Amino acid sequence: MSVYVNENTKVIVQGITGHQGSFHAGEMIAYGTKVVAGISPTKAGTKFMDKVPIVASVRDSLEFQPDATMISVPAPFVKDAAYEAIDAGLKIIYILTEHVPFHDSLDIVLNAKRKGAVVFGPNGPGITSVGKCKIGIMPNKIFKKGNVAIASRSGTLTYEIVDAVTKSGRGESTVIGLGGDPVVGLNYIDVLEQFEKDPDTEQIVLVGEIGGSNEELAAQYIKKHVTKKVVAYITGRSAPPGKRMGHAGAIIEKGVGTAESKIKAFNEAGVKVADYPDNVPELLD
Amino acid sequence: MGKQIFRNYGIPVPNGYVVEKESDLKPFEKPVVVKSQILLGGRGKSGGIKFAKSQSELTQAVKELLGSKIRDLKVTKLLIEDMIKIKKEMYVSIALDRTARAPVFIATTEGGVEIESVAHEKIFTRHIDPLLGYSDFIGREAVAFMKLDPEIGKQFMKILPILYKIFMEEDCELVEINPLVITEEGSLIAADSKVIIDSDSLYRHKEFTVTDPEKTPLELEAQSKGYAFIELDGNIGVIANGAGLTMATLDALTLHKGKPRNFLDLGGTDNTDIVANAFDLVLKAKPTAILVNIFGGVTKCDTVANGIVMAKQKFSIKQPIVVRLSGVRDEEGRKILKDNGVDSYPTMMEAIERVVKLAGGN
Repeated sequence: MSVYVNENTKVIVQGITGHQGSFHAGEMIAYGTKVVAGISPTKAGTKFMDKVPIVASVRDSLEFQPDATMISVPAPFVKDAAYEAIDAGLKIIYILTEHVPFHDSLDIVLNAKRKGAVVFGPNGPGITSVGKCKIGIMPNKIFKKGNVAIASRSGTLTYEIVDAVTKSGRGESTVIGLGGDPVVGLNYIDVLEQFEKDPDTEQIVLVGEIGGSNEELAAQYIKKHVTKKVVAYITGRSAPPGKRMGHAGAIIEKGVGTAESKIKAFNEAGVKVADYPDNVPELLD
Repeated sequence: MGKQIFRNYGIPVPNGYVVEKESDLKPFEKPVVVKSQILLGGRGKSGGIKFAKSQSELTQAVKELLGSKIRDLKVTKLLIEDMIKIKKEMYVSIALDRTARAPVFIATTEGGVEIESVAHEKIFTRHIDPLLGYSDFIGREAVAFMKLDPEIGKQFMKILPILYKIFMEEDCELVEINPLVITEEGSLIAADSKVIIDSDSLYRHKEFTVTDPEKTPLELEAQSKGYAFIELDGNIGVIANGAGLTMATLDALTLHKGKPRNFLDLGGTDNTDIVANAFDLVLKAKPTAILVNIFGGVTKCDTVANGIVMAKQKFSIKQPIVVRLSGVRDEEGRKILKDNGVDSYPTMMEAIERVVKLAGGN
């Protein structure tokens, strides 16, 4: 069993002919993901890498019975692309694009929820069910099959931690990038609920950052509902208050959402917090 | 700017006009407030606001303020605004609650101060379901909570839907009226405003330009070149890829008693020029050593290595450069660096220990 996606998940790519879309679609296919179609209104009728059919609309791709989509179109067109996928009944929507206006993200996330779809991102690395399915941009070679599930708000830092877990001789079950934007589809509680139920997962790593209160809420949830071992890493502890550090998500607003508050909340929930990314494996069983 | 938006949408604001030189001044008619037009919070405390009850006071205030400096910012414009007779100051705003993924409407009768300092039980807070939008029942809840006088309540209820409309139509992160003044004549007027527009939405709001009063000149230069860059007060220049990893690098440096000079996130790039030009920015911050921390993915390690070599030659860099390369094409990248006499390491910790040693004290 696995969470959200598995070896049978059929994926389409909206924007498969773009620079990012084509590169990552190729990497996903190389990983073993079932990419069943690409969407491009202008290139319909051709094939991607000589095998994946390209069709004009998400509706046209329904003959291939897709479950999921990767959206890699410019930010002004993301809302329309996501609505197209939601309207066609797709249940997994991953948005690679960064700089999506958050008012658009709000509309996407709320309407997805209304139609029973799950949104990964915007501006995140996607989801990898190790050895089964990768939707997104995580490097193929860092994973090893194992029992550690990882959820993170960042991209490169996630790879750093996956790499450290793999190099320690352990492996991963599912790795999820929630996205670094102010409004994203999933929070830690959503994925903790899935990881707790997942028989392939025995321990969980949460990678958090300053800003907002998602980590504090996750800590409260863990205390009450999670029986599996959870460890955490929080970045941004050296950030000066009020400074935005790249992620729109990472900003300290007058004492709320500081690293100290998050570390304290985790400690109170019995979750050990690593000082450095490299230390995460040492805290795992 | 915020008040201009309010005026366009029909929220009552004080009458006023802008002057850039003394000759723009209209003859004195009634008491006015002279406000320095600089993008800084707390300009009142810094002496940027003066009151004038006569022609001579007005001329005097304009003379003193025009061309003066407030926290290093030169005052080039003044707003001359009718003085309003304040009976009470309220606060109202709509902001994004990221965790709830919804706009949140905040109001209190204790306005005119920082909202953080108001007692929690005096603040009306309510999320607005974006699918339902604003509806008058929300305003009625607020009026009842704040026990507003019925006439003031009626005026308040007229402002709220406009505020929500601005929040949605202008892609705002925050729309705030503080203070929302109840005048002695019994009308509501927005005496001060703050509107923050989501920078990612500026492509559809071409009438606005990006201004961030808290950015340094070097940060503005970096922004114009497309880098996420923040100046800090240490001595070690930092270049990394990904906001999370860059922050983690600063944290690790700090835990090792190193002092970062900056935050620079290369983002996902596979372009040697972008890497090389990042050094140009960091060098302008005059660090004593530079740390490059890359976990290769979309950004390939050999591209970064070539960018570093290019920068070293182009900018004749004297400071020691310590590089950590791991991930896609790390072996190739490390070979390029070795051939060009640059230290590189496979792990973050080794690189951090090395750079802290080379950078020396502050």
